[in-house]
Amino acid sequence: MKPVLRLLRPADWLVLAVSAAGIGLLWNRGSGGDRVLIKQEGRVFLETTPRLDREIAVPGPLGDTLVEIKAGRVRVKADPGPHQICVKQGWLMPGQVAICLPNRVSVERGASVYDSLNY
Amino acid sequence: MTPSTIELTITEEDRRIATLAAAAVGLTLVEAAIPLPLPGIKPGLANIVTLVVLYQFGWRAAVWVSLLRIVAGGLALGTFLTPTFVMSLSGGLSSLLVLGLLVRLPRRLFGPVGLSVLAAFAHIGAQLGVVSIWLMPGVNLVPLLALFLGAAWLSGLVNGLVVANLLEKKP
Repeated sequence: MKPVLRLLRPADWLVLAVSAAGIGLLWNRGSGGDRVLIKQEGRVFLETTPRLDREIAVPGPLGDTLVEIKAGRVRVKADPGPHQICVKQGWLMPGQVAICLPNRVSVERGASVYDSLNY
Repeated sequence: MTPSTIELTITEEDRRIATLAAAAVGLTLVEAAIPLPLPGIKPGLANIVTLVVLYQFGWRAAVWVSLLRIVAGGLALGTFLTPTFVMSLSGGLSSLLVLGLLVRLPRRLFGPVGLSVLAAFAHIGAQLGVVSIWLMPGVNLVPLLALFLGAAWLSGLVNGLVVANLLEKKP
């Protein structure tokens, strides 16, 4: 371990520490609350709650992207794009975004924050 | 054969830059074969070459090597002039810019690791800028920011340590 640490100069340590702290802060900063945000062409298509089970068809240039909300979870169920990246992502974790680029649809799962009524 | 009217003199520096750029392209190709968890997160091994060139032959040579690598790598991977190429170019240019400024700082304080980490941030920053302005305007990238910056931090650190180690062996 010693010879590796010797390669770091004083300002290197500073850069590493400050940036790590910044990243840590960013990481912990939840945003959005308990919600699902569907965008099409960059515009908000639908903002809804993950508590309501349903399927939403979002029209895009290639056809409909099918978004499924079930039991408080969200996923892209079907997409007309060739790579199926957003479909393979599966159920979204809070804070995650699924992006179906060819069809210009993005589905965002808001990060969970404390529920002030129940907490 | 008719002798060419254009006289192309190849200097020793040209050969050196070509050799180093070839090494960087090699690393880019190797890296492309590694499966990665998320598009945009990769170790950026070719930047090791850029940094070593920066320290040994100066900023101009580093710019040459880096741009040659981006163009040749783009051609080899079939991404030339695609959005992927634009991402790679924007990241490369911004990190070169940052490196050009940082390399003037006192060497006793700032080593390869600091430069590598800050250049990695500049790299991913420019790429996220391109994504949010041109490729996916309106998509909220903030939740992903910590992930991308964390990856840049780690790869910058590892690459910087490799560079520091290489420079120590061959001053």
